[in-house]
Amino acid sequence: MALDLPFLADTFLALLTGIPLALQLAATSIIAGGILAFGLALMRVSGRWWLDGPAQIYIFIFRGTPLLVQIYIIYYGLSQFEMLRHSFAWPFLREAYWCAVIALALNTAAYSAEIIRGGLISVPAGQVEAARACGMSNTTLFRRIVLPLALRQMLPAYSNEIILMTKSTALASTITLMEITGIAAKLISASYRPVEVFICAGAIYLTINFIVARLFAGLEYVSTPERRTPSAMGCASETRKECHV
Amino acid sequence: MGFSPEGWGYDMLAATGMTVSVAISGFLAGGILGCLGAAATFSRFAALRFVAASYTTVLRGIPDLLVIYLFYFGSSSVISTVAAMFGAQGFVGAPAFLTGTLAIGVVSGAYQTQVLRGAVLALSKGEIEAGRAYGMPPFLLFRRIILPQAARFAIPGIGNVWQLVLKESALISVIGLVELMRQAQIGAGSTRQPFSFYLTAAALYLTITFVSGRGFRIAEQRAMRGVRKAV
Repeated sequence: MALDLPFLADTFLALLTGIPLALQLAATSIIAGGILAFGLALMRVSGRWWLDGPAQIYIFIFRGTPLLVQIYIIYYGLSQFEMLRHSFAWPFLREAYWCAVIALALNTAAYSAEIIRGGLISVPAGQVEAARACGMSNTTLFRRIVLPLALRQMLPAYSNEIILMTKSTALASTITLMEITGIAAKLISASYRPVEVFICAGAIYLTINFIVARLFAGLEYVSTPERRTPSAMGCASETRKECHV
Repeated sequence: MGFSPEGWGYDMLAATGMTVSVAISGFLAGGILGCLGAAATFSRFAALRFVAASYTTVLRGIPDLLVIYLFYFGSSSVISTVAAMFGAQGFVGAPAFLTGTLAIGVVSGAYQTQVLRGAVLALSKGEIEAGRAYGMPPFLLFRRIILPQAARFAIPGIGNVWQLVLKESALISVIGLVELMRQAQIGAGSTRQPFSFYLTAAALYLTITFVSGRGFRIAEQRAMRGVRKAV
């Protein structure tokens, strides 16, 4: 089977129009989910059962069921309630876009909460004790010591979650949203040429995820200066100097 | 919902069985691919290592839904071409169970490759060297030393992949296989009670993930018997 380049180019251009929606879905739900996740993580580490328990149940439910079910419950399921259809929330819940955002945000919150919790509990006890010995108040301690250390500890795991979310936006196509996968499915059923469409759509997703991964690698590099090997850096600058001379 | 003759209870349970069977067969197919992939990453030949690396990068970076579409429409177009040779007209759909299994298998194979690779890397080099020093041929070394220990290290990661596969199997509903998700759609459509049906589906998924999660934890405890823990 020879590749049909004009067809590939057309497909690629058509799929590119789906990128803004996919990115918008991912960004909105990651931000909203992140805020929710932060609250859940604090509940988890609070040490009080009446805060920890509900957070655990939430995380268990959202991690234990497929995202597709969650999307369908919100998009199709909620319309079963007459009361809801007459409420203020209906203009949002009627829109596929908002349903997708809500489902994605609720879903990522459950996963991110555990990542943030992992970051929080990885903060060495000695650091916290030292800060207390310096007389820091709880808020200052949290803001200056715990949060920066936790955030950079969780970066690798969080980058995984963001990549997963980028891929999850594909599920929005099942509730009529025309993002990359939605357009791809339409093109496939119109042209019966799944391989070419798949190559184009796959290349787009891979590029997005590659950029996300590089961004996080950069963030990790910036936030952990102590992990860089000084000798290697020194050598690099040495050789550069030598080159100039 | 319910188990009366006009209730949907039995249909939902049967669909749950279908979900479990498509998930298990996809998971096993992925296991085979994962073993091959992990073996390829340790290969002496650069070409094999490259193939394994591209396989895991591409399949983990592309939405599963897209892979499912590719397999469904891809195999359907192959079948349609073959059918056209025999005089059939138009579009012939591929068997959904087989397509679903293959799609899940290929995706989960990429994840299992990484899990198994990590497990083999976690083996202590000294034991492999000791095995070689005894003059064990490679296959015996693999069977007696590498496999039992790698399996132990791989259980938690494999458990994660299983959970992923189980949830991914819900996506197979888009190609028409009547598993739990599709059955819930059918029920929701004909009774106009979407919330009840999707909530039931969610509860059934939750039950499966909970029970199998427990199973993996027990397996892990059994496999880790007698292993000294540093932390």
